[in-house]
Formats: sequence, C-alpha cells, structure tokens
Amino acid sequence: MRPQDILLPTADGLCCKPGGFHIDPVRSVDRAVITHGHSDHARAGHGAVLATQETLDMMRLRYGENFAGSTQAISYGEEIRLGDVKVKFHPAGHVLGSAQIAVTCKDTCIVASGDYKDAPDPTCVPFELVPCDVFITEATFGLPVFRHGDAADEVKKLLASVALFPERAHLVGAYSLGKAQRVMALLRLAGYDAPIYLHGAMEKITSYYRSRGVELGELRPAAGMKKAQLSGTITLAPPSATSDIWARRFPDPVTAFASGWMRVRARARQGGIELPLVISDHADWDGLTATITATGAGEIWVTHGQEDALVHWCKTQGLRAKPLDLVGYGEEEESETPVESEAEA
Amino acid sequence: MNRFAELLDRLAYEPGRNNKLRLLTGYFREVGDPDRGYALAALTGALSFKHAKPALIRDLIAARTDEVLFGLSYDYVGDLSETVALMWPKAEGVHNNPPPPTLTEVVTTLRTLGKTELPKQLERWLDELDETGRWALLKLVTGALRIGISARLAKTAAAALGDKDPHEIELIWPGLAPPYLDLFAWLEGRAEKPVNRDPAPFRPVMLAHAIEDSDFQNLDPADYVAEWKWDGIRVQAVAGRDEHGHITARLYSRTGEDITGSFPDLVLSLRLPGAIDGELLILREGRVQSFNVLQQRLNRKAVSPKLIKEFPIHLRAYDLLGDDENDLRELPFAERRERLETFVVKLDDPRIDLSPTVPFASWDALTAARADPASAGAGEDADAVEGVMLKRRDAPYLPGRPKGQWWKWKRDPHIIDAVLMYAQRGHGKRSSYYSDYTFGVWTETENGDELVPVGKAYFGFTDEELLQIDRFVRRNTTEKFGPVRHVVHEGDKGLVLEVAFEGLQRSPRHKSGVAMRFPRISRLRWDKPPREADRLETLEKMLKAESAEIEA
Repeated sequence: MRPQDILLPTADGLCCKPGGFHIDPVRSVDRAVITHGHSDHARAGHGAVLATQETLDMMRLRYGENFAGSTQAISYGEEIRLGDVKVKFHPAGHVLGSAQIAVTCKDTCIVASGDYKDAPDPTCVPFELVPCDVFITEATFGLPVFRHGDAADEVKKLLASVALFPERAHLVGAYSLGKAQRVMALLRLAGYDAPIYLHGAMEKITSYYRSRGVELGELRPAAGMKKAQLSGTITLAPPSATSDIWARRFPDPVTAFASGWMRVRARARQGGIELPLVISDHADWDGLTATITATGAGEIWVTHGQEDALVHWCKTQGLRAKPLDLVGYGEEEESETPVESEAEA
Repeated sequence: MNRFAELLDRLAYEPGRNNKLRLLTGYFREVGDPDRGYALAALTGALSFKHAKPALIRDLIAARTDEVLFGLSYDYVGDLSETVALMWPKAEGVHNNPPPPTLTEVVTTLRTLGKTELPKQLERWLDELDETGRWALLKLVTGALRIGISARLAKTAAAALGDKDPHEIELIWPGLAPPYLDLFAWLEGRAEKPVNRDPAPFRPVMLAHAIEDSDFQNLDPADYVAEWKWDGIRVQAVAGRDEHGHITARLYSRTGEDITGSFPDLVLSLRLPGAIDGELLILREGRVQSFNVLQQRLNRKAVSPKLIKEFPIHLRAYDLLGDDENDLRELPFAERRERLETFVVKLDDPRIDLSPTVPFASWDALTAARADPASAGAGEDADAVEGVMLKRRDAPYLPGRPKGQWWKWKRDPHIIDAVLMYAQRGHGKRSSYYSDYTFGVWTETENGDELVPVGKAYFGFTDEELLQIDRFVRRNTTEKFGPVRHVVHEGDKGLVLEVAFEGLQRSPRHKSGVAMRFPRISRLRWDKPPREADRLETLEKMLKAESAEIEA
C-alpha cells in the first residue's frame, strides 16, 4: 500500500481515509486524533476526539466542557483499531501529554510526530524513538543555525542577571502551555527557591500541571503586587504581555524571552528583548536530523517550519522527502491571547 | 574569549546606559589582566590589526557546510558573522578538546599573523569556541563590533572600578596603550596614577547648564562674564613641545576625539604651546557662516584643497587651559581670560581670534542683548549667535557640568505647530509606550489640503505628557503597520504638537523636502484643532532665509 493512500494532506489537515479520521485538523471534522494541546493543533468543534488524557484536559480548560461531541482518552503505548488501520500513541517530549501518532496499515507504518523535542524536560515524558517507514516531522527550527544547547545553562544566565540587577524585576516571556512550566521547573532544579510570579493568563494551565504531579514550588499571582515588592523577582508572562501596559507595574524590568527563536539576534532585538533565553520545546537542527536518521524511515514528510532546508538535507542523505504544505500550524507563539484585552489582568 | 563574548552578547541587548556600565564594570572586576585590558581596547577602538574580509569568512564556511543550507540560513539570519557562528560544524575527529583561546591570545596573534596564515588560524579558533565566542571572534576580526558602546562609556566603566572620575582617565588616556596594565593597577590602588607623556594631551571639558527663568533671581550680574554662544563646534586646540623641543599640535572634539586630521589648515596656526578652548567656525571675509555651512566641512574623509579654500576654518577662542608648561585650570575664569587675551595677541594669527565679551549691568540689559545680538556687538555675525554664555568670574575650569559655574542661555528656538501622524514604540524602559512620533504640516495637493510628514521626535515631553500621548495613540489608532501605528490626523480630529527645533535643511530624502535639526516636542496643544497647525510654506520661508546664507 502506498503511504499517501494511508495519510493524505488536505485543507482540513492530515487525513487518514482508511481509518476515517484526521490528525490535528484545522477545521471541524467528524473524528479527530490530536497530538497535543497547543491551540494550533487542538481545536474545538470536532465530532469525536481521540487524545491523551492530558491533551483532553487542556482542551477542556481552554474551550469548556463541550469542546467536542465525544472524547476518548488513550495512553502512551496503547494501540487501538480505527477502521482499517491501527493507531498507537508514543511520547513526543514536547509538552505535557504530547504524543506522536503511529498509524499502521497492513505492513506500512507512518509516524506523525506532531511537535517534538529530543531534549530533556522535567515537565513531560521523554521523546520515544519509533522506527517506521514514513516519518512526518515538523521543521519549526529546520535550519542549521538553530542549535539550542542546554536549557539549564540558559536558566543560569537568567539567575546571573537577577543577581546582577537585584533591584530590577525580571519579566520572562514564555508560552503559557508548556514553556512557562518548563522554565519554572528548571529554575527549581537550578536551586532557585523564591516565589515565582505569574501573569493571570497562565495560572489555570499551571495549576493543571501541578495537579498532574509536576513540582513547581511556590507560585504567586503578579496581579495586585506593589511595584517595590517586585524588585529582584522573576515573573512569567505570555510573550506579548512583556511589552505592553501590563509590564508597567514592574520596577525597571529586564525583558527576557524563553524561545528557540532567541538563537537569532535580530529576532530577539526586533522584539525588544534584553535577555534572550534559548529554551525551545521543539527539536533543534541536530535533533531533527538525528531523529530522522534514527527512525530508519526511508521517506520523510516535512510539515510546518523551514521545510526547504530539511527536505534538502534529507535528499543529501539519500532519503525520499517532500514538504507537506499543511497550513495553520506553528503559530501558537503568535496566537497567544490578544494583549489589549488582558492589559489589566 | 568566551567571557568577553558573553559580555558583548549581553551589551548588545541592553539599552540602558547605567546597566551597560554595570555589565562592563562587572567584567573589568571579574576578569584579570591582560584580557580585560584588551577588552577595553576593543571597546574603545584602540586595537590595530588588519581586518579579515567577509570573503575569507565565506570561504571558511563553504569548506565546511552544504551550500544550499548555508544560503537558506544566511537569508534567514541576515548577518554573515552570526550565520557562520551559529552553524559552524566543529571539525570531526578532534579528540582532545583544546581549550578556547583567550582574548589576549586572539589579539596578540592577530597582530603578528601573516595574511596567508589567517584562514587556518581562524578555523582552529572557530572549532575551539562556542557559538557566542565564534560570533564575537568574527565581529572582532572583521572589525565590525558595533554594539552601541562609546569609548567614553567603556572608560567610565573602567573608572568605576577604582571609584575614579572618568575625566581622570581621559586626561591620561593619550599616553596609555593596551593592555593598560598601569591603568588597572592604579584603578585597583596597587600603583600610582600613570603619567601622560603626550606633549599635546586632551583636557576634559567644562560644560554649562541651561539656565531657567527662575535661576536669575539667585544670581548677581556682577559675578558673571557674558559671551556670545556661537553656533559652531566646540573644540580644544592643544600645542606642546615633545622631548626634542618640536611643537606637536592637535585638535580635539569636546569628547576628546582627535580630529586634527580633518583640519590641516588650522594646525599650522597652533604655533604656541598652550591649550585653547574655543569654537570652530567657518569665516568668509571676516563673517561667521551658519552651522549649515560648517557642517559641509565636517566628517569628511578626504580634505581637498578645494574644500579648504571654500570653507576656511577659524577658531574663536574663549578660554585658555594651559599656557606653555603652566596648567591654568585652577585659576579663576577672569584671570584665565586675561591670559587668553595676551596669548591670542602673541599668537597674532588671522585664523584664531578672541570671542568678545558682552558687557551688561543687569539681567534686563543682557536680555536685550540676547534678543538683538546685532546691535549689542555681534554685528554682522549675529545670525551665528545662538544665545549667550554666562561664566562665573571666579570659577576654576572644572571638568564635567559643575552646578552654578557656567550657564547657557539660548535664543528661542524655531517653533511650529505640527500634527501627530504616526507613533512607534520606544526602546528599553519605554518599550511599552508609544514614544517616537512622526509629525506633519499641511500642504496643498491635488486632493486639497493634506498633511505631509516633516520630522520625527522622541523627547522634549514630560513623563506625564508621555502617558497622555500614549493614551491618545492607543485610543486613536486608525491602522497598524508592524510596530507603527497610524494615528488619526484630520482637520478636526487629531493632536497638535508644538515642535521646537534648531535649524532647517533641504533634504531630498524627506517627502516634504526639508529636514529639521534637533526637533523635540515642546508643548502639547490639546486646545488647537489640527487644521490650525502650520503649513509647509512656513517651513519653506524659514529654509529660504537659511539657505540664502549658504549660497552667499
């Protein structure tokens, strides 16, 4: 069976005809199989949703009880049959509950990895390598200039800055789902035990992480704090909030941003970032290429990001490769809650 | 090298001056000799070695990486050094991890390295350094540091190490050389202050405060001498004898930058050992020309005989800091002024004259003189007078801006009412405020009256006014283009800004054809409807008055 008869890119997302479902559909479909809880992958309004318990919970938190007609939770390593195919979930190491989805039909196995990273993350189950025939990979950081290094070193940089500027507040922009909790966990691992302050927009998802047993130490809302009390503190906020009215409550804030994009200076400078922290929840170039090789797949489909470079690299390695040209992904960073409305949050 | 790279990296993102100082001082404290000395040299532009060409860097990366991947990466990053630093693949099969080079190693090696050895050496270093280290190395060897640090700031940070006044460093700086072991020994209290053996050293300048109306009631006119404030360039002209008795002459900008090379015609006139504080002007047939004329002689790489002839340079002296071997800076101004008068007479050179004092008996009399310099002694040069200077008779020459000694009292600047058109977010502390404003004036077009942008200003307002404008911008945005907001600007809707500026120039780069010098927001005219703001014709009239002088 040809791989494209099993999974086919359509305007709604990746469609599995023999299984009767879509993976991470961008429009409402009857049956959706979802890799993880970021809003560009997990949307409301589908008939039936199959995902990990964590992903389902996050969708419920964001969209409310009736986000889908029906839901079914699946665990890592669990395999179920949908139509003519078998579907199995494996950890993707991206955020809490994130999964790669292995779709097997007859003797052909395709792995749709969603978003993934092969770097350690104390807030989620580590990435699992799944041998397959076709590997569908993201390419968010699919250029050889993206090499992320050790996130712990970046957190050390943040703490050194806090020590150097004890009278200033440190405002760390981080995506509300996943990145923020990872930064908190890394701060605790680095021995930082002062309270960490939070922007209102990330309180709900953070308390969900804690309810799933992720230790984050003492957390406090930044709202209602006096300016002087915030000297020498670290606050996590959605990236867009760090340059808006909301940020005025902080004493002479040092604006940091935890993201893989911070590897490129111009990117950091455009955003007015003073302390770029290269901490990414996506695989970097070395991670992408090492993973592709290790899956043993002979054919690679590349989705959202820098497809050209990664497809080119695959070909130099003698692998069949093509871009999938799916639209609607990779914008979770930009689609954070609009700031103006939460200005006083 | 990695520690220096870390410093550069952090400085490149830090907008605040005080925070930059802290980062720098922290580095000087933490890092030992001689690395910190070479860092100070790199930051003050005092390093000299032949810079590597970008083509060499391209060759190095081409030998290590796939061409297509490099092309895509370079397109994305946009900066050669950074692209190479980020994607540099370490050499395979290198088992013993050699330690990365120190800054000292890099600088001293580059000084002696032959051109043919450079590629191999760079390659070795790139293998040994981390990403930030490679970035800093490539910036350093290509001579493109550009991290927004002035030499002055770096020296100020070094001074802070020993709790010294940065002026003290400026004073001895011309006699120092990298890696500045003697300087750091003194700053850390381990040795005496290094002596400046330069025969024509720079002396840190004394600056004036802008006077406010309320200041006059506390000042006695009898304590002060008044001079015209000339619209030129403040310079220090120094001549001294070297060990062989020959005269060395130098011209410094007010920050201590050596600008001798740009004014060979003036250097010949500095024949007497001494240090003159004065104003650089262009004189044609004895008449002082406007700043616009002077500007055409500034920042020229090559000084042609034609330029020298068409823009004859002149020094108008108003203070004497040294007379032969004698340091006069401790003397009261009145005495220095007498010494200066004698000095200028003795020099007897047509290119150097004395800035006259303006006699006055009361503040009212001085107000009248300032309002009409032509009839108060400035005569035909009145247009080049931008106000008056007040100097205390008993003031010694103190570096910096000491309180109550010197005052500047400028003539009223040009003022127009313009309409706010676009606003952009500021940087650093102001990054949450719309604090950069583009403003325009009315002009007749085929579609009737329209606003045409005439300038940009980002200061002049108070913190409270900034909040008000910011609020106005947010509530009256009509369109957003990236960081720029279009703010409503119609005949009866919009905000009128009173804009003050120092001069006008014709500019083909601006749609309006004019460019302002030193524009700032002087008042918010909430009371004024936009249709009553000024018109482009008003600016053109001002421009005509100014350009008439240039062509004369």
